[in-house]
Amino acid sequence: MVTAGAGSGPASGPEVGPEVGPEVEPESAPSAPPAVVLEGVVKRYGGRTVLHNLSFSVRRGEVFAVLGPNGAGKTTAVELLEGYRVPDAGRLRVLGLDPIADGAALKPRIGLMLQGGGIYPQIRPLEALRLFAAFYARPEDPAALLRAAGLEDAAGTRYRQLSGGQKQRLSLALALVGRPELVFLDEPTAAMDPLARRATWDVIRGLRARGVTVLLTTHYLDEAERLADRIAVVDAGRLVALDSPAALMARAGGPALRFSAPPGLDTAALGAALAAGEAGAAAADVHEVEPGRYAVAVAGAPGPALVARLTAWLAEREALLTELSVGRRSLEDVYLELTGVPAELAAGDAPAGGR
Amino acid sequence: MKTPAPPAGRAALGAMLRAQTALELRLTLRRGESVLVTVLLPALLLLFFSTVPLIALAPADPGVPPAQAVYPAVLAVAVMSTGMVSLGIATAFERQYGVLKRLGGSPLPRPLLVWAKVLAVLAVEVVQVALLTALALALGWRPPAAAGGAPLALAGIALVLGTIAFAGIGLSMAGSWRAEATLAGANGLYLVLLLLGGIFVPPEALPAPLGAITAFLPSAALAGLLRAALGPPALAGGGAAPEVWPDLIVLAAWAAGAALLAAATFRWE
Repeated sequence: MVTAGAGSGPASGPEVGPEVGPEVEPESAPSAPPAVVLEGVVKRYGGRTVLHNLSFSVRRGEVFAVLGPNGAGKTTAVELLEGYRVPDAGRLRVLGLDPIADGAALKPRIGLMLQGGGIYPQIRPLEALRLFAAFYARPEDPAALLRAAGLEDAAGTRYRQLSGGQKQRLSLALALVGRPELVFLDEPTAAMDPLARRATWDVIRGLRARGVTVLLTTHYLDEAERLADRIAVVDAGRLVALDSPAALMARAGGPALRFSAPPGLDTAALGAALAAGEAGAAAADVHEVEPGRYAVAVAGAPGPALVARLTAWLAEREALLTELSVGRRSLEDVYLELTGVPAELAAGDAPAGGR
Repeated sequence: MKTPAPPAGRAALGAMLRAQTALELRLTLRRGESVLVTVLLPALLLLFFSTVPLIALAPADPGVPPAQAVYPAVLAVAVMSTGMVSLGIATAFERQYGVLKRLGGSPLPRPLLVWAKVLAVLAVEVVQVALLTALALALGWRPPAAAGGAPLALAGIALVLGTIAFAGIGLSMAGSWRAEATLAGANGLYLVLLLLGGIFVPPEALPAPLGAITAFLPSAALAGLLRAALGPPALAGGGAAPEVWPDLIVLAAWAAGAALLAAATFRWE
C-alpha cells in the first residue's frame, strides 16, 4: 500500500461508487495472467519512433502510473493497450488477451478514459451513463454512479456546458459503469481544480480497494507519488525507471535542502559558495525547479553550517529567504535527474503544486 | 482459452442497438439546426411552392393543385436533409470530438453503431413523411387513386434507396473530411442539388447539357421516382411507366456506390 503523502488526508478515501457486489472475479486464480504486459513494443508515426522497445507489466490489483513529460509517448502506449493502435513490433497482452484480435472479448472487461473525453456534446450526464450502462451485462446503477461522481446537480446539463472538471468526472464515471477489472485513465485529473483532483484520487483508491487494476498516465508528480503502487517513468518513448515511489526516491538517495527566494538567482555561484566550506566537496548542485523555488542536492546531511552559508550568500545579495526546508529529496528531484526535463516544464500547470 | 461464445460481460446486441438508436434519435431532435433542416425547411418549401407557383413543376393541368407536384419533390428534399446534411454533419463532429473513438472502446460493436444511425435516420424520416403528408393533404395533394399499393411500394423503395444513397454520401464526407469541411460540403451540395439536382425542376425541363447530367444525379432519380409514384396523374397515372426503370437503376447504383465508398473510406478517428 502506498501511504498518502503529507496533507492529502487519510489514505482510506471514502468508499466511492455505489454498492458493489463481490468485485473480485472468483475465476482469478493465482495463475491469472498479469493485467497488462508490454514486451519490446515499438511504435512509429511516419518516420518518427515514439516508443522504443518499451517493456513493462502491470500486476493485478495495483495502481500503476506512467509518468513522463508531454510527448513522452504515454498516450500512445495506453492507446496500444486499448486496441486503438497497432504496434510496429513487440507483444501486447491485456488480461491475457490481444488488444485487437480479442477486442470484442476484452472491451466488456476494461474501462477507459480518453484525453479529451469523447462524449456527445449534446448528451446529458445521466443519459450518457445510461447509454453506456446499456452496453454491459451487469452495469453499475447509472443514478448511483452519477451521485458518486458528484454530478447530481448537473444531471440535466448538456456535456458541452459542463465545467472542465465535471467533464473529466463524467468521463471517469463512464469508464467505471461496466464494473471493469482494469481501467485505463489517460491524464484523469487534467483540467481539474485541487478539490476535484482529490475526489478523483479517492475514486482511484476506492477502485484499488475493490481489486480493480488501474493504469493511469500523468505528468503530475504528486499524483503519481500519492496514488501509484508503482511508477513507470517514460521519457522520449523509453522506460527510464520502474519502481515504487518510495524506491524511486530512495534510489536518488540523499537528503536535500529546498528554499524559496527571488527568482533568477545565480545557481552556479551559489553552488560554489555552498561547497566552499565542505571538506573536499565539489560544488553543491543547485536547481531552480520553478521560478523562485530552489533545490540543493548535497552529499552529506545538510548541516547548520550549510544553512548559514546559504543565508549569508542571500543576505549579501539582499535576497529575502521566504521558505527553507531540509528533508528527503522528492520525486521531483529524481524525475529531473531521470528525464532531464526541468520540473517546471514537466509539471506543466500543476494546479495543486506548491505554488 | 475461452470458447468462442459471445463475450462475457457484454449486453445483448438487441439491447445495445435499442439504447444507441434511441440516443441517436434523441440527440438528433435536440439539435436545433438539425430540426430546422430536416423538418422546418421541407415544410416551408412545400408551403411556398404550393401557394406561390413560381416554377411550372408539371405539365400545365388546370385541374391539379400545385401541391400534387411539389409534395414528391419535397419528400426528396427531406431525405437529402436527413440522410446527407443532418447525419453527415453530426457524424463529422462526433468523429472530431472523439465520440466515435470513445464508443469504439466500449463493448458496442461498430456495425451496431452504424445501424443505430441508419435506424435513427429512418425514424426521423417517418416523422418527416407524416408531417409533410398532412401538410400536403391540407394543400390539396391527393394520393394516387389507381393501381392499388403499387405507387406506395415504389415510393417506399425510392425512399429507402435514396436514404442509403444520401446517408452514404454524408458519411463518406464525415469519415474522411474535417468536421468544418463536411459542414460546408454537405450544406453546399444540398443547396446545389436543391436548385439544379432535378428535384423541383425535372432534368427534362432543364437546358439540354445540364439536364443530361442532372438525370444521373441521385436527387433527380429520387425525385423522379417519387413523382412517378405520388405526383400528378399526368405523370403518375401511366401505370408501370417505362421512365421508372432508368431512375431506379441510377438511384440503386448511387446507393450501392455511396455505401461502399463510405465503408471503404471511413476513418473512425
